[in-house]
Amino acid sequence: MMKTVPPPPRRKPRSVASGRLTAASGLGLGVAVLWLSLIVLLPIAAIVVTSFQNGPASFWDSVTTPEALATLRLTVGGAALVTVLNAIFGTLIAWVLVRDQFPGKRIIEVIIDIPFALPTIVAGVVLISLYGPHSPFGVDLVGTREGVLLALLFVTLPFVVRSVQPVLIDMERDVEEAAASLGAGGFTTFRRIILPTITPAILAGAALSFARALGEFGSVILISANLPNTEVSSVYMLKLIESDDTAGATAVATLLLIVAIVVLVLLDSLQRVAARRD
Amino acid sequence: MNVLRQRRGRMATVLTVVAATALGLSACGSNGDSAAAASSKNLNLVGFAVIKSAYDELGTSFAKTDAGEGVTFKSSYGASGAQSRAVIAGQKADIVALSLSPDVKNIAEAGKIDTNWDSGPNKGIVSDSVVVIAFREGNPKQIKGWADIIKPGVGIVTADPGTSGSAKWNLLAAYSQALGPTKDEAAAKTYLGSFIKNVVSWNDSGRTATDTFVKGTGDVLISYENEAIAARAAGVKLDYVVPDSTFLIENPVAVTKTAPPAATAFVKYVESPDGQKILAGKGFRPVDPSVTATDVQGANDPANPFPKVATLTTVADLGGWSAVNDSLFDKEKGLVAELRK
Amino acid sequence: MIRWILRIIAVGYVLGLVALPVATVTRSTFAHGLQPVLDSLQNPDFIAAAKLSAIVAVLAVLINTVFGVGMAVLLVRYRFPGRRLLNALIDLPVAISPIVIGIALILVYGQNGWFGGWLESRGIQIIFATPAIVMATVIVALPLVVREVIPTLEEAGTDQDQAAQSLGANSVQRFWRITLPTIKWALAYGVVLSLARSLGEFGAVRVVSGSVPGVSQTLTLYVNDQYQEFGPVAEQAYMTAAFALMLSAVVFIIVIALLRPKENQQ
Repeated sequence: MMKTVPPPPRRKPRSVASGRLTAASGLGLGVAVLWLSLIVLLPIAAIVVTSFQNGPASFWDSVTTPEALATLRLTVGGAALVTVLNAIFGTLIAWVLVRDQFPGKRIIEVIIDIPFALPTIVAGVVLISLYGPHSPFGVDLVGTREGVLLALLFVTLPFVVRSVQPVLIDMERDVEEAAASLGAGGFTTFRRIILPTITPAILAGAALSFARALGEFGSVILISANLPNTEVSSVYMLKLIESDDTAGATAVATLLLIVAIVVLVLLDSLQRVAARRD
Repeated sequence: MNVLRQRRGRMATVLTVVAATALGLSACGSNGDSAAAASSKNLNLVGFAVIKSAYDELGTSFAKTDAGEGVTFKSSYGASGAQSRAVIAGQKADIVALSLSPDVKNIAEAGKIDTNWDSGPNKGIVSDSVVVIAFREGNPKQIKGWADIIKPGVGIVTADPGTSGSAKWNLLAAYSQALGPTKDEAAAKTYLGSFIKNVVSWNDSGRTATDTFVKGTGDVLISYENEAIAARAAGVKLDYVVPDSTFLIENPVAVTKTAPPAATAFVKYVESPDGQKILAGKGFRPVDPSVTATDVQGANDPANPFPKVATLTTVADLGGWSAVNDSLFDKEKGLVAELRK
Repeated sequence: MIRWILRIIAVGYVLGLVALPVATVTRSTFAHGLQPVLDSLQNPDFIAAAKLSAIVAVLAVLINTVFGVGMAVLLVRYRFPGRRLLNALIDLPVAISPIVIGIALILVYGQNGWFGGWLESRGIQIIFATPAIVMATVIVALPLVVREVIPTLEEAGTDQDQAAQSLGANSVQRFWRITLPTIKWALAYGVVLSLARSLGEFGAVRVVSGSVPGVSQTLTLYVNDQYQEFGPVAEQAYMTAAFALMLSAVVFIIVIALLRPKENQQ
């Protein structure tokens, strides 16, 4: 199942919970279910139901307009590209943070978490300062797809790093050392011993990264400058809802929800397969 | 482990949480929307995107008059169409100041404004403007009028008619100037098609359109005269031209059914010579003919800020808003939707 | 050799992607000196927005902490039909765009929404008022406390709890004296994460709030609205507000960094 924060290193749980519901906990469960219904279930249901309020044909029309398709391509494609980049660079950064020592490493640790704690609109302002018309480097990415990708990379940086780090920290080095003593080179050791161990963590972080990039709004809205070429789905949905096209907005939302669920289930299955091989 | 210290630590945490809650709830209570809005001295104003600076000043000046003593404003500004729908959907409003009459009429039809809101001599209109073409300082692309902006390579920045009032005025201007004296609909359609093809950015409001343009997108911005003036007055580096043939923009204001009496007094103030003078100073063309402006910062000629337009078309000339909304702006069958496909 | 290459790539990537833009904003904020910044901080709209954001964040974190701990205990300690569904529902907000969350709230709680008539007849306004802002913030930060607490609870097991039960402690006593101290650091970590996330919410709030300065304009909305105004005053206003939010984010991260080793030890 997707986790919002990296899964903990796997230790045996000391005793498996086997409690049956008591009166008190039964009540608590009832309250929890009611709460989640009001807060999550009903709103999501409303989205899906409203998207089909004019029939499946109207749903199909809404999600296949040229603009809808263009935003979907950019959004899904961008999220996928960014996720792949994060898988590579995130792992690399985690590796350096765990296995390397150099002055200032703690500062890098703090910097990595900034995109997670920073409000998205502030991220947008931050990116515009550096890559906008007043850029100190003369680099103007406003209104470009590169700018949008940069914004997505910014907000998804921490996910793979923080997912892989604990696993690397916990890894026992004896297998690596044995491999080294048997003559395996660094890369072989990485490929055959380390990579299989951290792959589930990479996939978990990738899932978070993809989900986040798919729905990102605040950091992208400023740098995309309202151009059709750089319009992501969240911006498009906002436009639709403000133009009173509720059915259209919810149709796109439902489609994105399906995409997110499909990809996350896929990554979750891959994660189980990879974990079993360990 | 020192159990006593542990217990104190836990106590501290609990106390902090309780204190934070108490603080939060008490501040919440004193700042609550209901408290502010229920005060008869507070007016909730819902306005379209580009009028904040003007109406902030109108509000402050009104508060200095007898009728407006002690009145405070809580104001929201955004795309006219979106704001209209927000009020219908429940956003608190005592006064609505929108870009075009249909946006106010829709609120009246939803039952929140008296249907006789526009029965006065000015039909509810408190300020005018005209559609202008703005370009980069120094006019690098030599834009002189409507014909130049449909040339290849000219990027037009405008607003989206789905949400914005400014967008509709812009499209009306582009369309009507091509209609010409002979009412040539074919020519107008051709021109509008070329115009739409050159649009590089459809923005959600007149203000975000200006923003997008200012931050580097496109070569020309189509907007209100008052917006071009306001931008220049704020130091933005753009120039504008008032085309020979353009469209008259008329902005309505109305009071909601649940508004306190101070709201009606405010609207009267806006319509009064004092209010009209303030609007003129901000670049809006006054509807009161006795009010002239002689020093409007940001205008091409501050001493003569509102040049007479040779051919000024109005919505009435095109058959009124119902006709225009159907023929041009209908989401399925309108001309604009057709040309944008 | 390889180590140096890796080190340079990693550090360069992080510095270029994150540190550089953050430094640029800091420089831009103070480009005209300290006084303009101080003036912006005294703007009544800024103060009102900061207050609203703080109140909303604290309320949202409180709500999510209470329900989060409760749901974590339920998920870890009990078996019941629909457990996997509950688990999935808690995780769902992460996969949804904040814009969609805002739209969803309007569909259910707006005047024309599923509960619209019922709410309106009782004079309760949710959309375009503070309750909607709080709800939107609660939803986006929903999983954070739960997901932090669950692994710690799982690891701790129920030995202590069962021992206490056999000694006669009732469930409330067991909760206060055994469960809570067990999850103390994980809870603190989750609370700080939630606080940061709640303070920074923008997209969902943008949809459900009327953004009226002094009433329903959060600090993030303030940044967005001021960005769209003209002139140096507005520019200083949004820069200062952005800087203030950035500073608070860094403070949160440092607190998180300090809490992380304690959480891992627990």
